[in-house]
Amino acid sequence: MTPTVTSHRTRPPAQPASLRARRLPWYAAPAIAVAALALSVVIVYGTGIGGPVLVIVLGAVLYLVGLFAAANAVEGRRSARNRTWSALIHSAFVLAVLPLASVVWTLVSKGTERLDGDFFNTSMNNIGARDPNGGAYHAIVGTLEQVGIATLITVPLGILCAIYIVEYGRGKFAFAIRFFVDVMTGIPSIVTGLFVLAFWVLIVSPWFNDGRPSFSGFAAALALAVLMLPTIVRSTEEMLRLVPAPLREGAYALGVPKWKTILRVVLPTALPGIVTGVMLAIARAAGETAPVLLVAGGGAAINFNPFENNQSSLALFVYQQAGEASKYSPARAWTAALTLVALVLILTIAAKLLARRNRLSR
Amino acid sequence: MAKRVSASNVTAYYGGFKAIENINLTVEPKTVTALIGPSGCGKSTFLRSINRMHEVLPGARVEGSLTIDDQDIYDRDVDVTAVRRTIGMVFQRPNPFPTMSIFENVVAGLKLNGVRKKSILEDAAEKALRAANLWGEVKDRLAKPGAGLSGGQQQRLCIARTIAVEPQVVLMDEPCSALDPISTLAIEDLMFQLKDKFTIIIVTHNMQQAARVSDRTAFFSIEKTGDPGRLIEYDNTQKIFSNPSVKKTEDYITGRFG
Ligand SMILES: Nc1ncnc2c1ncn2[C@@H]1O[C@H](COP(=O)(O)OP(=O)(O)OP(=O)(O)O)[C@@H](O)[C@H]1O
Ligand SMILES: [Mg+2]
Repeated sequence: MTPTVTSHRTRPPAQPASLRARRLPWYAAPAIAVAALALSVVIVYGTGIGGPVLVIVLGAVLYLVGLFAAANAVEGRRSARNRTWSALIHSAFVLAVLPLASVVWTLVSKGTERLDGDFFNTSMNNIGARDPNGGAYHAIVGTLEQVGIATLITVPLGILCAIYIVEYGRGKFAFAIRFFVDVMTGIPSIVTGLFVLAFWVLIVSPWFNDGRPSFSGFAAALALAVLMLPTIVRSTEEMLRLVPAPLREGAYALGVPKWKTILRVVLPTALPGIVTGVMLAIARAAGETAPVLLVAGGGAAINFNPFENNQSSLALFVYQQAGEASKYSPARAWTAALTLVALVLILTIAAKLLARRNRLSR
Repeated sequence: MAKRVSASNVTAYYGGFKAIENINLTVEPKTVTALIGPSGCGKSTFLRSINRMHEVLPGARVEGSLTIDDQDIYDRDVDVTAVRRTIGMVFQRPNPFPTMSIFENVVAGLKLNGVRKKSILEDAAEKALRAANLWGEVKDRLAKPGAGLSGGQQQRLCIARTIAVEPQVVLMDEPCSALDPISTLAIEDLMFQLKDKFTIIIVTHNMQQAARVSDRTAFFSIEKTGDPGRLIEYDNTQKIFSNPSVKKTEDYITGRFG
């Protein structure tokens, strides 16, 4: 018994006589896919209007139409809609993953060319356009120090700020802070770079440098900190708000003071989410080029001291190598990009494992 | 140990809304007192004002005076955390701390208030869990998460957590409303035992439960929606359930209203 299609909008569908329904055989969908693809090949190459990309796109459209028609004929309208939408959702997923997979593939295939000991042990000091070796040691040091300092500054500050907003903030002041954090989220990184350049490099740093302004890794860390802070505050705030009020009340009812409740009950409960937010901020900061270029200046030599003289970073290294007039530099740029992604990935995994270790095993 | 709680002219507000008005009642030490009444009449509000949990909500405040053994808990120089340690509270829905193990949950009150010594904590945990009728079920899995217990076990865990800090008054807000009859009986038995040491005030919608466990019963009610809740009648449980002096009470307990 097939329920009529038009009537169900006006009155409830009649009770089906049986709970069983006719289904397409399992091989129907793959068969339709193959047929659609074959038809598409014939059409595209027969008329000579396009290449393989058009074949796939046309094939997908034909598959959707064919699937809908087949399901509609055998299983009825509702089931046909269901099949079409599932197919659409799956294709959306594939479309979303394709660029990601392609990025990873390109990175790995091009980045492994210079993935050698030399790359991680040498800097670009005294490396000319004709030298095939040279490495990113100085850039790795720069990235680790700058992002490390920025994290040390922003994590405590950001979490405290979020705690204030969620647990203590009342009225206009808290509202103003939230508003400014929102505004800060939208500041372009080049602007934070300019801000640190104008404020730290040009005005403050001369005091430490016999009156001359100086680039430094620390200035870059400051710029990155300005970028990271709003992300950390917002994500921590969301996580703290997710902690149910009965948990807090449970602790209060035991006579636990508010600050201790926050420290020992609320924060641990929200920790995994907070860690995720912090890692997102770190990942974003590690990929920033403009502020580092503006206030740390870049440089070819290894400089361990973040408080004096030029420093480079991996992102900046990629930028500079990609624009270098040497046939060896593109390979260095790819390897540095791969290193950067791997570094962020390792940090993220490590942080998640740490956060998980604090939780109880079920 | 147990203390007398007495309220005089207690009025509580949520912002501009007056939830209860002029509540006067005295709860004797080592008794179980049941608060009954229709939904929204302010039982929870009154209960929460006894251990100063009411003021946790923004804009909420309490007027009048509440004393335990002649000490006004709303005095300016009273330490709120001390009040809450003296007057413990069990909530309607079990709320074990999700990041803590069963053991840590039970001793949370002690640990977070500065008790460090392991032997003391272990003794306290065993004592509280035994008192809450939970020891047998969890003694082999103390290191497992508290959130992994069944609902009834979680509620008894929360009771253990509350009595581990050795309060003198225990407030319970519908502690059995999410529990099966067996866990409910276990908790009622528990109240009988706890009565030896604590003063217990319990909110319940279950008339039989109120009749079974309590020595005295207070009936709260509201005139109509939006009016503040008032104490209608407060007497020995026996009297309330057999021969109430106010018509409204009789209507309520016989199911004719509310
Ligand atoms: N957080 C709150 N903010 C504003 N009003 C509240 C809040 N909590 C309770 N109220 C109001 O206060 C009045 C009393 O509520 P209360 O929770 O004390 O009732 P109750 O007797 O415990 O009801 P129930 O039996 O359903 O638990 C109700 O009108 C309720 O709407
Ligand atoms: Mg209530």
